[in-house]
Amino acid sequence: MPEKSAGGLAEAQPLDQIKHNPRPGGTLYRGREGMWSWVLHRITGVGIFFFLLVHILDTALVRLSPEAYNAVMSAYKTPIMGLGEVGLVGAIGFHALNGLRIILVDFWSVGTRHQRLLFWLVLGLWVVLMLGFVPRHLMNVFGA
Amino acid sequence: MTVSIESPRTLPQRRGVNWEKWGWIYMRASGVILVVLIFGHLFVNLMVGDGVHAIDFAFVAGKWADPFWIVWDTLLLFLALIHGANGMRTIINDYAQKPSTRRVLSGALAGATVILLILGALVIFTFDPCPAGSPADLLPKFCGDIN
Ligand code: HEM
Ligand code: HEM
Repeated sequence: MPEKSAGGLAEAQPLDQIKHNPRPGGTLYRGREGMWSWVLHRITGVGIFFFLLVHILDTALVRLSPEAYNAVMSAYKTPIMGLGEVGLVGAIGFHALNGLRIILVDFWSVGTRHQRLLFWLVLGLWVVLMLGFVPRHLMNVFGA
Repeated sequence: MTVSIESPRTLPQRRGVNWEKWGWIYMRASGVILVVLIFGHLFVNLMVGDGVHAIDFAFVAGKWADPFWIVWDTLLLFLALIHGANGMRTIINDYAQKPSTRRVLSGALAGATVILLILGALVIFTFDPCPAGSPADLLPKFCGDIN
């Protein structure tokens, strides 16, 4: 059914057909692109939120002393944190692009109809974003 | 088997402001602005010049000497933290089964959010780029001209 009408949220599928459907994905939000976009959006959102809590605290060290702030910042420049920053930017990149997708699906009829295509577009743009970011960042972290 | 439902089902009449609707709108409006604010923040702090290696006290002092970045970071602080907190509220409401669990988690979330908003704003607006008694090599260059 999602094949026929991705936008057909309102057309309920008769119960007996859902039972006999061998694949999950009987609805827009089960087992297919829509579900994965939701799961990833939720996980990245939570991750970024906890990062932000810590990040406001570490930035607050500028009010304590230059020494304290610089000491903590030097921890951010280690290789392990450098990889963590790749993960953070990856999470933000996905959440931001997929957030724009959600907005297009909500407000634009074309976006609703092509929500699945938009998900692949999000992944494509995300790959481009990371190809631009990761090499430069790793050069900064590991480089001369 | 057919089931007939009294039609049309009427929802109870609500009065006052529909906060859930405004929360929904806020998530989308703040999201669009956050794309610009966050990507700008990450670009300037991670991609320009030496990237992370350039970040230290003097770097922050240099940025906050410019009202442009003060406004930028203040907007970033409020929009991102409230967006994230409202999203976390949705998630708590989805998973916390017992009303008491939900109250405790939502209360902790609200408390943490308010405290960090105040702390973050104080840090930006009470920032002192040339604290007395600090070694000059840790401070931005313009401190030398003042002292
Ligand atoms: C690894 C990535 C990041 C680095 C290296 C970084 C670095 C910094 C630095 C150096 C500052 C000091 C002020 C300034 O430069 O403007 C700052 C402040 C700030 N950053 Fe980030 N940041 C990162 C990611 C983020 C993200 C993803 C967010 C949003 C979700 C964010 C939100 C903020 C906020 C709100 C402030 C102001 C804090 C305050 O009011 O005290 N940052 N960040
Ligand atoms: C970069 C720009 C961002 C955009 C475009 C964006 C967009 C969105 C949108 C459209 C939603 C969906 C709201 C709904 O379903 O009603 C959402 C949810 C959420 N966002 Fe963001 N967001 C951004 C940044 C952030 C940041 C910085 C944080 C963390 C501090 C965050 C945390 C969350 C959380 C926790 C949720 C709830 C997820 C859920 O209910 O499954 N987002 N975001």
